[in-house]
Amino acid sequence: MSTLKYALFTGCTAKQSTPELLSSTLAVAEKLGIEITILEEASCCGASHLQDFDEFLAHVLNARNICYAEKLGMTMITICNTCQLNSAMTKHALDTNPELKARVNEKLAEVGLEYKGTSEIKHFLYALIDDYGLENIKDKVQVPLSQFNIAPFYGCHNIRPSELHHDANGGENPYNPTSLDRLIDALEGHPVDYSHKNKCCGFHVELQANHTSEVLAGNAMIDAIDNNADLMVTPCPLCHLKMDTYQDDVGKVIGRDIELPVLHMPQMVALALGCTPKEIGLNFHVQKATHLYPETA
Amino acid sequence: MSTQTEEFEPFNTDEIEVTRPDTVTVTLKTFRFNAETDYLPYYKQYTMEVGKDELMLDLLNRIKWEHDGSFSYRRSCRHGICGACGIKVNGKATLACKQNALELVALFGNELLIEPQSKKRAVKDMIIDKKDFWDKHAEVKPYVVADIDPHPEHETKQSIEEFNKFLDSDLCIQCGSCHYACPVVEVNEDYLGPAAFNAAYRFTVDTRDEAGKERLELTAQMGQGVWDCVKCYECAEACPKDINPIEKITKLHNMQFEQGVARPNVATKHAEGFLRGLKKYGYLDEADIVAYSEGYLGMYKHLKTAIKMMKAGKIHWHSGIPFIDSVPKIKNLDEVQKLIEISQTNTL
Repeated sequence: MSTLKYALFTGCTAKQSTPELLSSTLAVAEKLGIEITILEEASCCGASHLQDFDEFLAHVLNARNICYAEKLGMTMITICNTCQLNSAMTKHALDTNPELKARVNEKLAEVGLEYKGTSEIKHFLYALIDDYGLENIKDKVQVPLSQFNIAPFYGCHNIRPSELHHDANGGENPYNPTSLDRLIDALEGHPVDYSHKNKCCGFHVELQANHTSEVLAGNAMIDAIDNNADLMVTPCPLCHLKMDTYQDDVGKVIGRDIELPVLHMPQMVALALGCTPKEIGLNFHVQKATHLYPETA
Repeated sequence: MSTQTEEFEPFNTDEIEVTRPDTVTVTLKTFRFNAETDYLPYYKQYTMEVGKDELMLDLLNRIKWEHDGSFSYRRSCRHGICGACGIKVNGKATLACKQNALELVALFGNELLIEPQSKKRAVKDMIIDKKDFWDKHAEVKPYVVADIDPHPEHETKQSIEEFNKFLDSDLCIQCGSCHYACPVVEVNEDYLGPAAFNAAYRFTVDTRDEAGKERLELTAQMGQGVWDCVKCYECAEACPKDINPIEKITKLHNMQFEQGVARPNVATKHAEGFLRGLKKYGYLDEADIVAYSEGYLGMYKHLKTAIKMMKAGKIHWHSGIPFIDSVPKIKNLDEVQKLIEISQTNTL
């Protein structure tokens, strides 16, 4: 297999509150021999909130980010579902609407850039599964996750709207997604089957509709726990933040004690590939997953 | 004028192969409940051979005609236009008369879970009480509000461009698929929901209508309005008419700013506040967005979380003081600053 090369769009959280997401992504890439160039020029994707305020501006800023991947001639990978959604929405809008593309490029020309539409955009999860291949990952497993029941939590913005994501996510069906389950399986873990795996965590209304947010996160976590999950894993750092950082508050609203470590997808892969606790950065979690490395507890 | 005669070749009946359609054995695990007689709902299984052309509505008919005449569901047009036969199959919002059954078997396997759109609103089997849906739909005034001259001397014309603005949102058949797929509708009874928002958008952008501002004010209210949308895209996935309600929700957000309806509150400041970090660092400033959106008094309730995050090392201390200049900067930040300056179209 020729070496896979990607331009990595880190997003804001991996540079701030979830540094463990960035470190574990880079650790996985190194273990698998995937070459990653970090797009240090890339800005915030707007997270759908800037889009609510000023959709055109959000397209301009996202197009600028994609320009830098195009300059490298690489596929842009994301490690956040919401970055994936908003980047892909801009790409789709510009690639299908020449008039909008011209308006955006008129602005980009002011900073010497041009959006062409030559780079694909996909989440790291699907780069691992569809480009690198589950069989190849399986061959590299050093620490099988066979002791753990792991609940896959897919996160909305990788699977819906399905038409937008179809080419980038291996045609995953939002009503019956399988990628994370298959990944857990390849790492010899036990995927937990539960009905909330493809539901919303409520992160985006954390501030303005706190109760809604807590209930949605709580419903998902309780469902995972009631189906014997030891861990939850998600490809989205926003789902992670909601379920990790606010776990106590969620438990209070739902009326249940919740103790469920929530891993980032690359952390889980890194663990199975034999990475160190430091590389995985579990210390940055609020709900510590000490049972993963009993010796560090 | 020349006349053309078309020659039709008669069918050669020898070439038509008569084959029985392939069938698949499917078990329908079906939600049964009669609010008048049952204390709790229960599930009954019906097994049948399903052909490749059968729709979910055909299977509902077969439950009623071949298994149990008391099985109840709404159906009328059989053509995807009356919106009566919305159900859920394995959690997937489904308009029964539009959905091929074996497509769902390919997706979910040979056992299908047949449920009403909302179990807690079930009246009898698939029939639910849609009162909340209709009330919320009516609340946005889903009709053209205008002083119309009873004796007009000319037509009220619309350009194709004006018409196209609401063309797809006008295709809504009020089936409730998006409304009952929306997780917010389930936990917040005030929330108007995606179908009502789509209707609000459809009439607000209609050039004949005069109640646009009123609808924007209504959908800007916290609790019931668009700011409580969790952005899960369940509505976009659920709509059998491909309307994409969340796209209309985003347009309502945008229009609130464009038309000066948006007032500074936690939600609007949260949207606009993204620019603060973008201008300064190129990234969102995670701590600042909370402080700015909530106001310094509102920050109080996030103190506990902030301490937890600080303990876990999630808040960086580049300058020695947490929260102050703790965000890294992107390369070529000046480009982002320039692009914001020349591309920003809305203000709060």
